[in-house]
Amino acid sequence: MKKDSKTVSTRHSQHKLLQKQPVTDTAFLLAITILLFFTIYALSIIFLGDKGFSKIQMFFNLFNENAALIVIACGLSVVMITGSIDISVGGSTALICTSCIVCLNKHGFNFFTTLLLALLIGLIFGAVQGFLIAYLEMQPFIVTLAGMFLGRGLVALIEVNQIQVDNAAFEALSGSRILIPFLGDVNKKGIFIQSKLEYGVVVALVIVGIMFWFLKKTKLGRSFYAVGGNAQSALMLGINVKRTKFLAHLLCGLLAGIGGFLYLFHTRSGSVQQATGLEMDAIAASIIGGTLLTGGVGNIIGTLFGVLASGIVLLVVTAIGSQDPWWPQITRAAMLCFFILLQSIICSRKKKQD
Amino acid sequence: MSKNNEKISSARILQIINTVIRHKLFIPIAFLVSLLLLNVFINPGFLRITLGKDSAGNPVLIGNLINILSNATELVILAIGMTLVTASSKGQDISVGAAVAIVGGVIMRVLCGNETQPSTLHAPVLLALLLGCLAGMACGAFNGMLVSRFQIQPMVATLILFTAGRSIASMAMGGLKPKAASAFGCYGNFIPGFPVPTPILITIAMIAMTCVILKKTNLGLYTKAVGINDKAASLNGLHPKRIKFLTFIIMGFCVGIAGFVQASRVQTVNPYTIVPSIEMDVILAVALGGNSLGGGKFSIKGSIIGAYTIQTLTSMLTTLNVNTNAVPVFKAVIILILVAIQTPMVSSLFHNKSSRVLISGRKERG
Amino acid sequence: MQKKVLKMRGIYKSFPGVKALQNVDFTLHEGEIHALMGENGAGKSTLIKVLTGVYTKDAGEVYIDEADRPVHIKSPQEAQKHGISTVYQEITLCPNLTVAENLFIGRTDELFVNWKKNNQLAETILKSLGIPAKPAQQLSSCSIAVQQMVAIARAVDMECKVLILDEPTSSLDDQEVLKLFDLMRELKARNVGIIFVTHFLEQVYALCDKITVLRNGELVGEYLIKDLPKIELVAKMMGKELGDLANIHNNAREEALSKSEAVIEATALSSSSGIRPFDFTAYKGEVTGFAGLLGSGRSECVRAIFGADRVTKGRLKIKGETVAISSPIKAMRKGVGYLSEDRKRDGIIGDLSIRDNIILALQVMNGFFKPFTKAQAQAFAEEYIRLLGIKTASADTPISSLSGGNQQKVILARWLLTHPDYLILDEPTRGIDIGTKVEIQKLVLKLASEGMSITFISSEIEEMLRTCSRLIIMRDLYVVGELTGDDLSQDRIMYTIAGGENQNVKKQ
Repeated sequence: MKKDSKTVSTRHSQHKLLQKQPVTDTAFLLAITILLFFTIYALSIIFLGDKGFSKIQMFFNLFNENAALIVIACGLSVVMITGSIDISVGGSTALICTSCIVCLNKHGFNFFTTLLLALLIGLIFGAVQGFLIAYLEMQPFIVTLAGMFLGRGLVALIEVNQIQVDNAAFEALSGSRILIPFLGDVNKKGIFIQSKLEYGVVVALVIVGIMFWFLKKTKLGRSFYAVGGNAQSALMLGINVKRTKFLAHLLCGLLAGIGGFLYLFHTRSGSVQQATGLEMDAIAASIIGGTLLTGGVGNIIGTLFGVLASGIVLLVVTAIGSQDPWWPQITRAAMLCFFILLQSIICSRKKKQD
Repeated sequence: MSKNNEKISSARILQIINTVIRHKLFIPIAFLVSLLLLNVFINPGFLRITLGKDSAGNPVLIGNLINILSNATELVILAIGMTLVTASSKGQDISVGAAVAIVGGVIMRVLCGNETQPSTLHAPVLLALLLGCLAGMACGAFNGMLVSRFQIQPMVATLILFTAGRSIASMAMGGLKPKAASAFGCYGNFIPGFPVPTPILITIAMIAMTCVILKKTNLGLYTKAVGINDKAASLNGLHPKRIKFLTFIIMGFCVGIAGFVQASRVQTVNPYTIVPSIEMDVILAVALGGNSLGGGKFSIKGSIIGAYTIQTLTSMLTTLNVNTNAVPVFKAVIILILVAIQTPMVSSLFHNKSSRVLISGRKERG
Repeated sequence: MQKKVLKMRGIYKSFPGVKALQNVDFTLHEGEIHALMGENGAGKSTLIKVLTGVYTKDAGEVYIDEADRPVHIKSPQEAQKHGISTVYQEITLCPNLTVAENLFIGRTDELFVNWKKNNQLAETILKSLGIPAKPAQQLSSCSIAVQQMVAIARAVDMECKVLILDEPTSSLDDQEVLKLFDLMRELKARNVGIIFVTHFLEQVYALCDKITVLRNGELVGEYLIKDLPKIELVAKMMGKELGDLANIHNNAREEALSKSEAVIEATALSSSSGIRPFDFTAYKGEVTGFAGLLGSGRSECVRAIFGADRVTKGRLKIKGETVAISSPIKAMRKGVGYLSEDRKRDGIIGDLSIRDNIILALQVMNGFFKPFTKAQAQAFAEEYIRLLGIKTASADTPISSLSGGNQQKVILARWLLTHPDYLILDEPTRGIDIGTKVEIQKLVLKLASEGMSITFISSEIEEMLRTCSRLIIMRDLYVVGELTGDDLSQDRIMYTIAGGENQNVKKQ
């Protein structure tokens, strides 16, 4: 008799267990970000329509301006999911731009050799930093801080002044746009102008797709989550933690290489101070997109929306703000602060539940 | 027999060398001394100090060493605060540069009001110093709250201020770049009639104050205890959160003083370029001083030596005509090497080697 | 004769200050459930971590499948390749992955994950083992027991030859334990060799074929279950200690302590740790104890008194005065000291010197602005190093370089220096050498005879029986009994813990 009642109670608890499918934190943070993006966009169309927000081209410009950042933020999401961080991407981007321009202008590089050079620089940064962090167990922040300064310093060694691309073929390629069929705006003179999209955006979106698939469907992708969630457990589960960390940084380096090239493709110029704070923008985008700083949680779609959300906020701030140049950065920091606090509160609540 | 003796003495020398090398201040001092020697090698007159006159005819001390001592002031003061923050919170404050900009902005606003080039100071310098320090401590309190109350890693928490700080400074000055009356300049340069640069005096005062505080309070012990094992510390009646917060407030005070000196040097502040990437230098100074960047035990002496080492390196690179923007390359390489040496992997390699030498020495003796 | 699947010979492993394993042998046959027994700090966990490649052994050889050549296992992955799977006491899965992923990650060489296939496979495995979890569910949303079972399911599914279960039952309820046992018997039938580490004697006798006993990092012996009655097993685990300690006895037991002054009076006290409201009184010169199994709430009770956990309800009187203890410092100022359970995590300040570790508590009580001079601190440190016989070169030595026993003495010195009226010692004898254990027990009795009130908690009931004059018995976060005088016997304690009726039971 007694045994029976116990079985019943066990079954009851089983039932409860199966019912309990809480909304995961990832989904919650992701939802907040996407909601934020659409709310701000909708509000800006309603209230700031006269400042260009109602134009469809505005939407595409959001992508045009942020293509490089999207790719770089994907890389940062990967290292952050693995429980590490990389703040050298701004420095490596500046280095890629300047060195590629020098090679294009003076050493007869063409589009593809320039691309290769960009990828190579990115990969070297990723590999060296990854090695130091994963195998020598150095603190990621310090290593990549050094990487950031190394990158910028090397730019100064190569070329102190701001330089422009002086290569007709490259410029022609970079200047070309995709015309979106059937979409466009009517300008003041009443002429219909088709919306334009840069090729870099296509690359960025393809990479977002690949990374989304990669993190969900591949063994390595899942290992990133495992290592970030609990490195000790991951080791016990038979995952090579050091190699996984190394590969995360290598992948981030590769994406920084691609992102750096897109940056060059978009701006066609290079200088020491270029892409200052890019790493912070990328980290902020990842955080806003729901990637936890503590590792193990994150989503590439969230990162994409993180970039878009901070992009639209900046546009809005610039549009409504006075001429004061300080608001964009302060807003950016405030947004970062909000999301960091949100994460902290969610984490501490979770701990209490346990 | 004599051969045997030789071996014993060589083993002993090895042992002595070993203890010297193991001393925690060995690396920082050795690095500083070798840098100074290198400087003397490059420029034989490097160590010369002369008593000259400045443009106003006041006696001033002139020399490379004086310049290094004077220019290192901000670095030394910030390194003191950073050492405490590192020790207690196991991370670094990367917003010090931005916070110095804020302090500078506040001081300029107080001294100049809304004018760009006022002929007189709008407020007493003491008030400016006070408000500057308060601004610095407010920055510290913000960072400290995020780190202690919300338990965010220090580097991430300070990222927020790092992003916004320089813009906030610009806002504090109302977008202007005012130049304060030259009377304000004596704190960053010379007090007329006194030949020693004022920043050196301020450094000495700050170091003395730190010594007194460490001697007269339990700040050192508490910080170490919290940094090494905050759970055990809290079971011994400490409040780890309060102590972490306190170290950030102290860091803020140091930022206030450093910002004051920096603002006084040229009596103007460009928030976007003031003390560029000083956070890197300060962290480097702490690491050079033999402090673990992972928190716990600390040596402020080491950090101070580290700060002077960095300044020596910077001024050496400048004399060698290295572009200012390229200087970080060298520092980055040094920081990587230093941190790499500290890692367990590499240090165990060293350790094994030196102990193997000792063991072989002992074996031969027996 | 069954095949030997695992043979370990002459295993040595030491950590700074501790010889964790010395010349340990271990043999496992296929289709055998082999219990690995020993007290805390006997070296069970170390042996297992050596076997699974988490630690590298200092010396010794490991053979698998009667091979002639020893294998060198350097990582858990290699151990898996050799067919050795482990389920640890703490959950070693990734909470942020799904159940199915936790079952399969790190096992295949496939580059891509086939979610559909994995989920179906996982579904089959979970069903066959009766685990109430969905494959696509995030692991962190499962209860601890289910997580544990997923860990076992993973190990089972790895087709392992050697399955190590390191205290897997401590977080499972009776029903789940039975289910696990069925599973283990099933595996035994499949010729898997199982190493079973547990604290529960009953489970060993219900299930195992052989027992290997370790003590203080040394091998005591390997026995067939039928050759070793329970009482002898206990004796083997405790070793010669029994004889040595026989002369320690709490003479205070007979004295009429109830007449003396109450130092601590807790009424319906409960804390954020989830402990049920409990009453407790400690008198001057008395040694009390909290007994119960791991996780029964014995530490949580004393932590509530010390203010280490946030007190949610109840009243606490110290020396007759009602006090609100919101943090440890307040308890310390009222004359309460607490030597915490986990020395490494909550006790020592690793890199600090012995001197700083000794003066810490008193220094904190003294206040922020009143540091001791170096001479004062040195005098304190030297006094207690001599008094407790701490073996060290100087007071400047970092505490982390001492042996476990000496570290514990330093922590003890820290609290003695504060001259508390009421001292809580939570597992002060865990993981330290026998000599020091005896010294600490003697010291406890001496301090009590000098008028200090002490609460002594230990996993070893023998130790508590020797030192305590009154025992509070705990089960599942409830106080279930209080034993004094003639009731203080091992049988009686076991009976009360196991839930037998007792006249003193005050279940809320």
